[in-house]
Amino acid sequence: MHIDKMLDVTKLSDLDAYIKSAHADWLHESTIANRELTIICRRKDLISLLTFLRDDKNTQFKTLLDICGVDHLGRAERFDVVYHLLSLVKNIRLRIKVRIREDETVPTATGVFSSANWYERETYDMYGIMFENHPDLRRILTDYDFDGHPLRKDFPVEGKVEMWYDDEQKRCVYRPISLKQDFRSFEWQSPWEGMHDNFHLAEEDNPFDAGEFAAPKKD
Amino acid sequence: MTDTPNTVAREVTIGEDFTLNFGPQHPAAHGVLRLVLEMEGEVIKRADPHIGLLHRGTEKLLETRSYVQGLPYFDRLDYVSMMCQEHVWCLAVEKLLNIEVPQRAQYIRVLFSELTRVLNHLLWLGCHGLDLGAMSMFLYCFKDRETIFDFYEAVSGARMHANYFRPGGVSRDLPEGLEARIAAFAAEMPKNIDMLEELLTNNRIWKQRTVGIGVVSPEEAYDWGMTGPMLRGSGIAWDLRKAQPYEVYDKMDFDIPVGKNGDSYDRYHVRVEEMRQSLRIINQCLEQMPKGPVKVQNFKISPPKRSEMKGSMEALIHHFKYFTEGFHVPEGEVYVAVEAPKGEMGVYLVSKGGPRPYRAKIRAPGFAHLQSLDHMTRGHMLADVVTIISTQDIVFGEVDR
Repeated sequence: MHIDKMLDVTKLSDLDAYIKSAHADWLHESTIANRELTIICRRKDLISLLTFLRDDKNTQFKTLLDICGVDHLGRAERFDVVYHLLSLVKNIRLRIKVRIREDETVPTATGVFSSANWYERETYDMYGIMFENHPDLRRILTDYDFDGHPLRKDFPVEGKVEMWYDDEQKRCVYRPISLKQDFRSFEWQSPWEGMHDNFHLAEEDNPFDAGEFAAPKKD
Repeated sequence: MTDTPNTVAREVTIGEDFTLNFGPQHPAAHGVLRLVLEMEGEVIKRADPHIGLLHRGTEKLLETRSYVQGLPYFDRLDYVSMMCQEHVWCLAVEKLLNIEVPQRAQYIRVLFSELTRVLNHLLWLGCHGLDLGAMSMFLYCFKDRETIFDFYEAVSGARMHANYFRPGGVSRDLPEGLEARIAAFAAEMPKNIDMLEELLTNNRIWKQRTVGIGVVSPEEAYDWGMTGPMLRGSGIAWDLRKAQPYEVYDKMDFDIPVGKNGDSYDRYHVRVEEMRQSLRIINQCLEQMPKGPVKVQNFKISPPKRSEMKGSMEALIHHFKYFTEGFHVPEGEVYVAVEAPKGEMGVYLVSKGGPRPYRAKIRAPGFAHLQSLDHMTRGHMLADVVTIISTQDIVFGEVDR
């Protein structure tokens, strides 16, 4: 079984239509791609949308699985803040996206889902995205006095500082990074077209018939 | 040693509030958890976990490597359920590529995912026992774990960080005789689980330490984003293998154990029963497993045979391109999740075309569980904190990523 072929795409379009019929002005844009529904909403509507999705009888998205950021460096609205919701009752997933500029903030979802607390702290830590009225917006994964936001595309992979034990001070200290060899990013990408367009490989290119190796029937 | 100003002796009267620093080097902290506990006497008023001591920047590293090179990082997330993690990465890449892997590969993956579940739960049971003072559990569980490591070694050459699953299938077929060995293990194991259960289930001390400790109601479980045994322990029959089956799970016959009270004792029962159900799935996999290829036979996304490379120019090119440039993945974004032993392990993968992911976010179940620690421990005693950390099945590889 291909991953989630079990999921019904009509269920997704029904859900999309249902949310639209309930509150058309909340949705900015919605797409169904790869058998997944994505809703893009405005910052100001986010909390009311999340609350509606959690409490409405026909949606019941009671579990917030994840919040994460995506850095689209070079785009005017630089960051996507992505929320993944799961409805255990309806067995359906939903992705909500909020697009923000670098200087914009997002309202916190901690009032709607308790689990949003750490997810938002992580997003703040990794991308520097501020969440309004978050009860405790500290760094979470990086060190206590870390400088910068490591998952931003303009943050170097090798980092900016390294830690050493200083024998004179008898403690660990940070100092600017100096590697014996610089981090090298190889550009392997070639114009060879053979590697591109891997769509629909199962149908066209795979010479093996999956049915041929089907499980033996049990008596 | 001279006294530093921090260690001035101070008389603590009973019932006084104080702050206790727990970890980061503490055997019951399951790794590198630093826990700042605000206590009133021996009762917890607030627990503030400080995490990130094992943060290795996996998500950043994934952005700089090809899809196949990114795979070994997944072994090192939750380092006691390695192949389940590889599974989610492979499924995410395959979903973006829109490919379906051969039947035999799907069976092998399910077989090893379930072996991994037994592996994880054995470690959990051993450490849970050890945390609560049952030392012998640890030794018995590790004996059985060793057998599963041998299976890992047989297929991949590595005992832990296997790097066995690949986008498009698995790296190689099962070696000869392994299926029989796994079948023998699956026949033997239920007796061992009985023995482990005999030590604990009706043990008075065990019950005193777990019954009514860390109770989670269904509503709280939803609110805190809990998945896996944490959710099932609270009585919600939710399992991705049943609800959103992937690979060949829809052909498997197994049950979902659920708890009743949502306490640590129920979660213990859920996990032990899950091991038995995993063994059922393992038996069914071995019975039904067809012959055939174990990876997609399109050599743009899986390496060609070594022997073919010697004669065929095209195979040589495929091999070179696969291991240098890697394969290109079409533009798009997916969220794929599997039922890992600890809960829902998900990957949110954003591709902008090309051989490297643009963004890969790992949704680790332990991260969500650990953040509910504050809520779960309030009002409990200090010794129960250890039970609750342990019942959440925390592994810092996945929490810190």
